[in-house]
Amino acid sequence: MTYAAAIVFLPLVGAVAAGLFGRWLGDKAAPVLTCVLLVAAAILAWIVFFQIVADGRAVTVYLFTWIDSGAFEVDWALYFDQVTAVMLIVVTTVSAVVHVYSLGYMAHDPHRPRFFAYLSLFTFAMLMLVTADNFLQMFFGWEGVGLCSYLLIGFWYKRPSANAAAIKAFLVNRVGDFGFALGIMGVFLVFNTVSFESVFAAVPDRAGGSVRFLSWDVDVITLLCVLLFVGAMGKSAQVPLHTWLPDAMEGPTPVSALIHAATMVTAGVFMVVRLSPMFEYSPDALAMVAVVGATTAIFAATVGIAQNDIKRVIAYSTCSQLGYMFFACGVGAYPVALFHLFTHAFFKALLFLGSGAVIHAMGDEQDMRRMGGLWRKLPITYAYMWIGSLALAGIPIFAGYWSKDLIIESAFVSGASAGRYAFWIGVGAAFLTALYSWRLIIMTFHGRPRMAKDRFDRAHEAPGTMWIPLLVLAAGAIVGGLPFLGGQMVHHGGREFFGHSIFIMGDNAIELAHEHTPLWVKAMILAVALSGVAAAYLGYMRLTHIPGMLAGRFRPVYRFLLNKWYFDELFDWMFVRPAKRLGYGFWKSGDEDVIDGLGPDGVAAATLDVARRVKALQSGYVYHYAFAMLIGLVAVVSWLLFRFWG
Amino acid sequence: MHELLVSDLFAILPEIWFAVAGMALLMVGVFTRGDNTRLVLWLAIGVFVVCGLLMRLLGEHGAPFAGLVVNDSFGDFMKTLVLVGAGLALVMSLGFIRREGMERFEYPVLIVFATLGMFVMVSANDLLSLYVGLEMQSLALYVCAAFQRDNLRSSEAGLKYFVLGAVASGMLLYGCSMVYGFSGATSFDTLASVLGDGRDVGVGVSVGLAFIAAGLAFKVSAVPFHMWTPDVYEGAPTPVTAFFSIAPKVAAMALLIRVMMGPFAGLFEQWQQIVFLLAVASMVLGAVGAIGQINIKRLMAYSSIGHVGFALVGLAAGTAEGINGVAIYLAIYLVMGLGAWGCILTMRRQGAMVEEIAGLAGLSRTNPPLALCFAIFMFSMAGIPPLAGFFGKFYVFMAAVNAGLYTLAVVGVLASAVGAFYYIRIVKIMYFDEPADGFDTPLGRELWPVIALAAAVTLLFFIYTGPLLDSAQAASLALAPGGLDGARAVLVP
Repeated sequence: MTYAAAIVFLPLVGAVAAGLFGRWLGDKAAPVLTCVLLVAAAILAWIVFFQIVADGRAVTVYLFTWIDSGAFEVDWALYFDQVTAVMLIVVTTVSAVVHVYSLGYMAHDPHRPRFFAYLSLFTFAMLMLVTADNFLQMFFGWEGVGLCSYLLIGFWYKRPSANAAAIKAFLVNRVGDFGFALGIMGVFLVFNTVSFESVFAAVPDRAGGSVRFLSWDVDVITLLCVLLFVGAMGKSAQVPLHTWLPDAMEGPTPVSALIHAATMVTAGVFMVVRLSPMFEYSPDALAMVAVVGATTAIFAATVGIAQNDIKRVIAYSTCSQLGYMFFACGVGAYPVALFHLFTHAFFKALLFLGSGAVIHAMGDEQDMRRMGGLWRKLPITYAYMWIGSLALAGIPIFAGYWSKDLIIESAFVSGASAGRYAFWIGVGAAFLTALYSWRLIIMTFHGRPRMAKDRFDRAHEAPGTMWIPLLVLAAGAIVGGLPFLGGQMVHHGGREFFGHSIFIMGDNAIELAHEHTPLWVKAMILAVALSGVAAAYLGYMRLTHIPGMLAGRFRPVYRFLLNKWYFDELFDWMFVRPAKRLGYGFWKSGDEDVIDGLGPDGVAAATLDVARRVKALQSGYVYHYAFAMLIGLVAVVSWLLFRFWG
Repeated sequence: MHELLVSDLFAILPEIWFAVAGMALLMVGVFTRGDNTRLVLWLAIGVFVVCGLLMRLLGEHGAPFAGLVVNDSFGDFMKTLVLVGAGLALVMSLGFIRREGMERFEYPVLIVFATLGMFVMVSANDLLSLYVGLEMQSLALYVCAAFQRDNLRSSEAGLKYFVLGAVASGMLLYGCSMVYGFSGATSFDTLASVLGDGRDVGVGVSVGLAFIAAGLAFKVSAVPFHMWTPDVYEGAPTPVTAFFSIAPKVAAMALLIRVMMGPFAGLFEQWQQIVFLLAVASMVLGAVGAIGQINIKRLMAYSSIGHVGFALVGLAAGTAEGINGVAIYLAIYLVMGLGAWGCILTMRRQGAMVEEIAGLAGLSRTNPPLALCFAIFMFSMAGIPPLAGFFGKFYVFMAAVNAGLYTLAVVGVLASAVGAFYYIRIVKIMYFDEPADGFDTPLGRELWPVIALAAAVTLLFFIYTGPLLDSAQAASLALAPGGLDGARAVLVP
């Protein structure tokens, strides 16, 4: 199984080659090389996937010792189990598709080797993250993908908005990473190790213990789980740390597909699944995961229906779907969370790359209000968008149906109040999901063309390098969820498939859902999705005045949604502006006035002033000089007399 | 008696040699025809070399002429510095006097007589020999300052120096007479025993002490008796200024130390107050005053005032360690000063001296070796380790701290920080400003060896400190037999 390490390191080889020797390899060869390496890694990943699923055993490939300092021992080791295997095929497949797609999409960019180097480096970091066998290595991958995300969002560094978005993504993620880092330190403090295996083995003994944190006595496992989950919230764009994700759409579209839809943003979900042996011992933390996930699911869906930027709609959709995955974890249905992660990666990457083809055809236009009627011009893309949307909305047969339905059902059968909350929100969000998906399709592909005529005439289908790789994703979006394919993950509650890699205490929510979901629930979920499609058809194809009328009637609500619930404004008011004011105050009155004023500048000015006076004393007249001598003498004599004879 | 007289004469053979040689040189100058300045100058340099040999041969210590003068390790040390300083100043003036119309043979003769005066000062052991030596030196220097008699500024400098020097002499004499009047003695040894620990002496001695201190402070140009310095340094011919700033400073400082540590040792508390004041004022004014200067000679005048302040810090400590520090300081100052003045003497453009600091702009590109040497001297004067100047400051500050004079040490460190500004500004001008026209080449064969040697010593002093530290220690022990409280142990790199 040592060859499995190649999956992780082939992308690194590509990144180094394209990044450091890109100039030497040339603009053509470097990207192709990274693509070849990625495809090889993807094929290997599928082989490893089938082996692990067949064996049902985890394999660790030890590389070397990283840190060995007293009780603190960390290894570089690659850990392959069923959870990792699923992530491996998701990451490498989507990455390979995106690499090849980018050959066409970035064909005219002057910095192609750099772009492909970043993409490959990202893939390497993501693979390090999913194969980590300890917290610290996971953190390494976690920060690595964050760095690459920053680099790729700001890839077009000459755009101020791209730079701002890159910095915002980095900063918001710092908040989450702060929680993650604290969580890791806490883990070491409590368990004296950061190895997953040792920690998971020790969790049952420590469960129920409490620890003092900020003057409260809190449950130790809950504290650790919550801290770690804060990290997951940042990376997976959960409310309120979601604000960076829509802005991240400033990056090239393949980046959005790979990083901000299929892989990096799912790292938080992966982390919670990986840490199921910890989260299972903390019902409170699980309830928090469920509530945060559900809230994000509905929040992002409501915002999605009011956006006009094609990529932003899909970005909010991603945010919403990540919410689904989290509340699946929160109700203990980890296998279905991973299942949805798997199917979502395919259909969401498909949607992003499809929208990329639209943007490409429209000459970098992203506003849906200036599109329309494109289905004749872009039939292949149109088909892809339909497939992606059908999967996203959860229409039967398509991949999303299997995973999303099961998530909502799992929430329904879990008795907890957080589960109830999640269930109703899941149903509501499903309606909105269908609504915004078909709103997107209709606004983009149907109706009158709303752009300049010559632009419409020039619109053309994407080249083969762009639409052929999408076949892989389209296939995944159609059949990926079928019970005898991806559906195996949740067969018998995922027990057979995942074995020991996922730990579920108590009843398996998925099994319960399979057995106990009433028919009306299943019917309702489907009906809701279909009615979402119907609403979009009515509102945007037939009675096109209704959305405008509604927006006018409920103007405050519309503005609330259009402005994304005013999260950005709130953060701006709460954190950004006070921080700026504070910084400005420290700079002006603290540094310039006090430190500089009394320090370097003040002393220098005073010295120069004295120097001027001294210079003025030197008049050149002998009698002045003699006078100074006499005064000095008188002073000395007086001082002596006063001091010793006074 | 006869034998005694012969041994006395032997004891002051260097002084006699200077006196006889000086008169002989005068004769040579008068009775040889034509362009004889270079001849006399070379002969004068020979006189210095011979004097150096004499001093090596006759190392006997004692107090000849019934204690009128004294030969001791302190005297040896200071005389060596004076000899080196004056001799090399003479060497450095070789080219200048030819180019600047100073070709009169009296110049080397005056230097020889001034050196004679300095030797007497250094070894003076009586108020009378003190005064005689001082005046011998001063009269020669007055004339030197005005030596370019066709130059208005040179004559002005000489006149100012003379008038103010007369005032200072008056103060000194008045102080001497007060001390004599209240103690009945002029010999340093007698004074020391009469004054004792200073409890039973009258107020007149205190006043006399203040007057003597003021007179000597003028000679070392300590604030507030420094006012002549910038004007005279600027006005006097440059080699004369170079000479002024080195040898007479050393001699006057030696005399001040000997007077304070000898006859007035018992009045330590009183003169410490005076020296403390002079030191603080000199350090601060030396640092601040130089900032606004645009003339390099004026800047060096303030620099020398500052250096005197630092040296006085060691004297204010009043301990053997302090004297040790002053001795080291003066030796290092001598080296840096010779080097820096050598560099200044090279500043010629189209045959005329350049005295503006701005004229140094871009020297690093027009003459890199010269800029490097100048930078070494400037960094050293600023007290940047590991250059020699750092050690000079280190030993005096260390002595002050060990003597409990924390204020003085703190003021000194602050003043040297301010002083670093103008030293390093020169480096900045040389290295970062747009080049002015290059200086004339060749720079003068006689200057290069002096500059290079001084730079090497300044740069590499920290590698081989032994001889200087040993002889400075011996010199300090001669004046303060109390011993050296671990001054050497603190920092021997």
